[in-house]
This record gives sequence, structure tokens and C-alpha cells, in this order.
Amino acid sequence: MFRNSDKMRYWALILPALAIMVTFYIFPVLGIWEIAFTEPTTGVGNFVQMAESSAVRTSFILTFRVAAITTLGCLILGYVVAYAISNFAGKLTPLMLALVILPFWVSVLIRSFSWIVLLGRSGLVNDTLRDTGLIDSPLRLMHNEFGVLVAMIHVMLPFAILPMLTNMRGISDAYVKAARGLGASEWTAFRQVYFPQTVPGVMSGALLVFVLSLGFYVTPALLGGGRVLMISEYITYQIQEFLNWGLGSALSVALLIATALVLLIAARFVNLRSALLERK
Amino acid sequence: MPLSTFRIFFQTGAWLIVAFLVLPLLVVVPVSLTDTSYIGLPKEHLSLQHYVNYFNSPEWLHATWTSIWIGLVVATCASALGTSFAIGCWFLSDKASAIARWVLITPILVPPVVQSLGFYRFWVKLGLIDTSAGVILAHTLLALPYVSISVFAALANLDRNIPRAARSLGASVWQTVLAVIVPAAKPGILTGFVFAFIVSFDEIVGVLFITVRRVTTLPKQIWEGIQDNIDPTIAAVATLLVILTLIVTAIGALRRT
Repeated sequence: MFRNSDKMRYWALILPALAIMVTFYIFPVLGIWEIAFTEPTTGVGNFVQMAESSAVRTSFILTFRVAAITTLGCLILGYVVAYAISNFAGKLTPLMLALVILPFWVSVLIRSFSWIVLLGRSGLVNDTLRDTGLIDSPLRLMHNEFGVLVAMIHVMLPFAILPMLTNMRGISDAYVKAARGLGASEWTAFRQVYFPQTVPGVMSGALLVFVLSLGFYVTPALLGGGRVLMISEYITYQIQEFLNWGLGSALSVALLIATALVLLIAARFVNLRSALLERK
Repeated sequence: MPLSTFRIFFQTGAWLIVAFLVLPLLVVVPVSLTDTSYIGLPKEHLSLQHYVNYFNSPEWLHATWTSIWIGLVVATCASALGTSFAIGCWFLSDKASAIARWVLITPILVPPVVQSLGFYRFWVKLGLIDTSAGVILAHTLLALPYVSISVFAALANLDRNIPRAARSLGASVWQTVLAVIVPAAKPGILTGFVFAFIVSFDEIVGVLFITVRRVTTLPKQIWEGIQDNIDPTIAAVATLLVILTLIVTAIGALRRT
């Protein structure tokens, strides 16, 4: 064990970052709880108003639906890519990996902007379709849930692929080979032997995408055009348009609790430590 | 190896999905070269007017410079704090330090709008609204989790007997940290620095809440451009950023091989 004075020195290394985080981050976020219960009057008025508002309910349902569909889409698409990268050794595999990581480094704002350019009323998709005579009037591809979902899946996909890749790298090919040697077809070996081993990676990816999607602001705000009000945008709307800090904070508290619940439920299926703390 | 439907399915599927990931990033390139004054493909000829516009616009250049210097300050602060934090936790590796690590990664889990509300209210009290210092502080907090995670990952394979050997040969804790641990953690610190810079350089929601007019970062300038009028100058900026990312990723990939 350490001498006590050593322990103090190690804590001295930890303390500056921890103190700043607690003072300037944890404390202000907790401050939101206070606002939710004290503005404009002390009590649970904001929460009552929130529970009675059908607009809030619609927004919460929309948020969970968009997050769920985004997660599902990212898992299916991400799995195929992660599988191909980890199991098909080819000259192009490193290129594929690089192309998966590339969008990670391009800001969400730029990626959302690209989708506006593609999906807008006179965007590239509509223009191309009209020039080729396939449509007469432009299709409505954004400012609706469809546009938000396409862009959200695009933005979140790397978050699903990377944990699955980490997981698949650790899987020995001996089991699938054994199953094949015993006469299983490629599909059967995949379904019954390979897939079950990848479930932890799939779960980590799902958790990450779902939690991030729940609180996402930029993409839904830009692609939704005010018509797809996910909860984060609803909060800013309350505060910027109506200066309604009480309701905005109550909604924030509800969103925080929802996120925490998702993490708690996920903790039963996912190793949170490896999914979040020891993320590569 | 024979091509089965199974392999064809996964192989083609994967390339199609990768195309879905990458191609939308490239649409900004032709749009940035348009000769029109609105977002669209070039009509008559290619034109560099929107790049000229960017390089002649004091607002765009100033916003770019603000983002760069704030990003560098944030990356430096977050790397120093985060590295020291991760090294302390690595030495202790007990329950209390594990809790401290969880506390430090909360910014990854809290929704951006919620934390920005918290920043706003607190920054008003501290008089940090619309100041560079306020943005630097907020971004440092958001970048800390990434530095701490990558430094900790770099230390995961370090043999605990090495610092012990240093100590038994008479090195103090500080000497051990500086001469033994920091060199071992260097790749992680470097990754953390890059991550921290990018977190700050791309951050938008916090900046929208805690700045008004005096401080404008590049993402804020882009955001306002998209909201007000979709001016092809944004496509020129986006193209420059995408190309920069491509070059940096390519250099990174080449250095690794």
C-alpha cells in the first residue's frame, strides 16, 4: 500500500480538474433543478404545467421515437460495416476504416448543413429528380421527421460502429470455423455462433447512440425547421421565445432524469464502465 | 476465397453504407464552386467568388481566428488538467478515484442544451457572458472527459512496477510523474490535445447561450448564416474544413502505417 503522504500527492494531481468540474459544471447543472422549483414561484407548479401540457407530451414522445429509430438504423447499418471491417481481410479494409472515422472529425454543424444542401426544396436531390423528369414538383425531404432521421443516422453512425468494432476485434474466429467444420452454413454459423458474441458491442453502441440522440439539438433544429420539436429544441424555444425559465428548467430536469433512467436500465445489459469510461 | 451470397451481402452492403457516410460530406465541394448567389450546383461555369468572399470578409476571418486561438488555449488547459487527473487516478486506482473519473465524464452524458442553461445562469453571476474567458472555461469543461479517457487508456498497459522502481531508486512522486509516467502517457496526451481542440472548435450550443455579439466563433458564424440566409460562403467554409480534415486524417493514417 501507499504511504499516506503519497496518497495525498496523488489526490493533489486529481484535485484541480475535479474541483473545476464540480464548481463550474456539476454545480451549475444542479442549479437548473433549483430554477425548476423556484421560478416564477416556489413549488412544483412548473412540473404540473409540464405534465398537463399536450405539447410537452408530444415533444417527449417524438424525442423518444426519433432516438429509437435513429438507434435502430445505426445498429443495422453499423453492424454490416463493423462486420465487413473486422472479418474481411482485404487491401481496402484499412481504407474503409479510415472512411468510417473521417466523418467523426467533421463537425455536426457542417454535416447537417450538407444534408440541408441535399434535401432542401431546391436541394441537389430535388433538382436532380426534376431535371431527369422523375418528379414535377419538389418532394418534401426536410423540415419533417424524415429529414431529421436521415441526418441523425448519418451523424450518429460512427458512434455505433466504433464500439462494435472494438468488440468484434476481440472475437476469435475459431468458433465460427468449428461451426463451419461441423457442417453449419455460413448464415447459420453467423446467426448462432458469431452474432451472440457481438451482442455486448451492439448494446454499447445502442446505449451511446440512444443517449446522445435523446439530448440532440443541432441536427433536429436545422433539419426540422421548427416543425420537429425534439425536447432540447422545445427547451430553447421556451427560454428564448417566452423567457419561461421555470418551464424550460423543469423540462431540462425531466430530460436529465430520462437520460439517467436510460443509463440505469442499460446498466443491466451493458458494462457501463467499458462503454463509457474506458472508451477507445 | 469463394464468393458466397453471405459475403457479397456484407461486402457490398458495407461499401454502400460507407458511401452514405462519406458522400454527403463531399456535396459541399461542387456547391462551393457555384457561380450563383444561392445554394445550388454551378449553372454556367465554376467560380471561386465564394472563396474570395470568405477571404475578404472580416467577420468570417475573425470568427475563424477566434475559434483557432480559443481551441488552442482550451486544448492546452484541458490537456494539462486532464493528464494530471488521469495520472493521479491511475496511481490510486481505488474506489474513490473511480467515482472521480465518473464525475469527470458527466459532460459526455448531459444533453448540450441542459448544460448550456446551467452555464448561462452561472456565467451571468460570474460576469463571464460574452467573454472569451467564459467560452474557454466552458469548452475546457466539455473537453476534459476526452483528455482524461485517452490519457487513462494510454496508461492502461503501463507496468506498475516501473514507477515503483523509480521510487525505490529515490525519485520523488513528482520526479516519477514527470520522468516516467508522462513520457509513457504521451500518445494519450497528444490524442487528448487533438480531441480537446476539436471539441472546442466544433462546439455550438454552449456558444449560442453564453455569447451575444462580442465573441463569435466559426460554428456560431456558420449557424447564424444558415438561420438567416443560406449563403454559398458557408459551402466554401465547409469545403475548406472538409478538405483540411481529409488531409489531416490522411497524414494520420500514413504515419500509422
